[in-house]
Amino acid sequence: MLCNQCKERDAVVHLTQIVESAVTQLHLCEKCAAAKGIETTVAMPKHPLGDFLHAVQQQAPPAAGDQVRCGYCQTSLRDFRASGRLGCAQCYTAFEGALRELLRRVHGAAKHRGHAYAEPEAAVAGGVTEELEALRERLLLAVVAEEFEVAAVLRDQIRALE
Amino acid sequence: MTLDLSLLPDGGIPWITASGPHADIVLSSRVRLARNVAGFSFSPRAHDAERLRVLQQVREASSHSPLLASAVLLRLDEMTASERRLLHERHLVSKELAELDAPSARSGSAVLVGEEAALMVNEEDHLRLQVFRSGFDISGAWERASRVERELGERLPLAYHQEFGFLTSCPTNVGTGLRASVLVHLPGLVLTQEIGKVLTGLQQMGLTYRGLYGEGSDVVGNFFQISNQTTLGRTEDELCDHLARVVSHVISRESEARRVLSRDAGYIIEDKLWRAYGTLRHARSLAGDEAMNLLSGVRLAVGMYLIGGLSVYTLNKLLVFSQLAHLSLAEGRALTESEANVARARYVRGVLAGEAGEA
Repeated sequence: MLCNQCKERDAVVHLTQIVESAVTQLHLCEKCAAAKGIETTVAMPKHPLGDFLHAVQQQAPPAAGDQVRCGYCQTSLRDFRASGRLGCAQCYTAFEGALRELLRRVHGAAKHRGHAYAEPEAAVAGGVTEELEALRERLLLAVVAEEFEVAAVLRDQIRALE
Repeated sequence: MTLDLSLLPDGGIPWITASGPHADIVLSSRVRLARNVAGFSFSPRAHDAERLRVLQQVREASSHSPLLASAVLLRLDEMTASERRLLHERHLVSKELAELDAPSARSGSAVLVGEEAALMVNEEDHLRLQVFRSGFDISGAWERASRVERELGERLPLAYHQEFGFLTSCPTNVGTGLRASVLVHLPGLVLTQEIGKVLTGLQQMGLTYRGLYGEGSDVVGNFFQISNQTTLGRTEDELCDHLARVVSHVISRESEARRVLSRDAGYIIEDKLWRAYGTLRHARSLAGDEAMNLLSGVRLAVGMYLIGGLSVYTLNKLLVFSQLAHLSLAEGRALTESEANVARARYVRGVLAGEAGEA
């Protein structure tokens, strides 16, 4: 939801005003709320982000999407909600939608504006070889564990790299 | 393996010299960058073989980085718990990487210590690059960290997402992966009871604070670590500049508080600080937190020019070397807590007697 005031940033402060019998709702972003003199910070937890993240995760209703797993490392959205840690870089793609929302809440933004990065063409000797090796090992583990759906995804990733 | 700290450039604690700006109030400035190598699970999820391959790739890449080429590699997975504690006491490795209470660290856990930068490997992220500077010098720390990161990134394929930036194990670090922090000593604000307001203000400015040893550590001896809270949506320069602006405001508030103290409570403060000094000079047993609090008093006295002949460098040295693992190293054996208290008092007495002269 966008801020009623600036119509640019996400609203994070939700006010219900009752003047006589008229009820109005006001949704503001942190900046506009601060400009109106509304305090948004009250408590002072020891690790503000950690607590916040935890609270967000606790509030979130268990959705059907919780069962979604990352094809690479097998972390599920539920695992992530429980631990607050992602398993690998591919998790960011697997849970993109949920993460975008979370990042917006935690950082107030979901788009990187810092240094851009392009992967080196001549990475450490055998960058792709290393990745292939890691994938093959995972494939083996997946087959041993009879996780055939995972194995199929890994097989495709290996083919793509080869 | 036997850990020889004398092999490390500047002992791994270049900030201890107190040569930087505002060194009596700001002990050190630090920039930390979190990065992961593409193609591997993040360290906590990775199995041992993956963690070792990450370490091997990082070693290879860092050997090509001019700023890290001469760095010393320390394998935490080959160290005893007290050796790992030593590195933690020097702020070279986090509590998580050191696994202080475990008999051994996980496979592939290591730290590379160079002259300008230290690189933790297989912490929560594959790479945690840290640059420490003496005093208040965030831009100097950022400039060096960014140089080392570029050098590594040219060799190592890093986990990067067009929209989310550099990818990290915990989404609170994603984007720039940058945590800039300063370790500040704010006894004036604590004594004038202004500290609550200042800390609330920090949070409203998007910053956060912790104790001497980072996340989860208590505030002891009036030392606070102030850092940025978010890592995504702003550029690295914006994050560093913002922190620097707020911290320079905090420094002037602290200086102002010290002026108020000496104006309104001159002899009470003077007496309190001299008593702290007296205890350090003569005590026969000092607990860790007690020493930290007394050293805070003496540090304030030096900053207020009440005690002469003592350098901030000496005070920094006392902070680092009066800790358990450092005392054990000096004594050549593992000390119990009560033995450490006695050794601490002896060490502090010795240093102060040698340095202060007629203080």
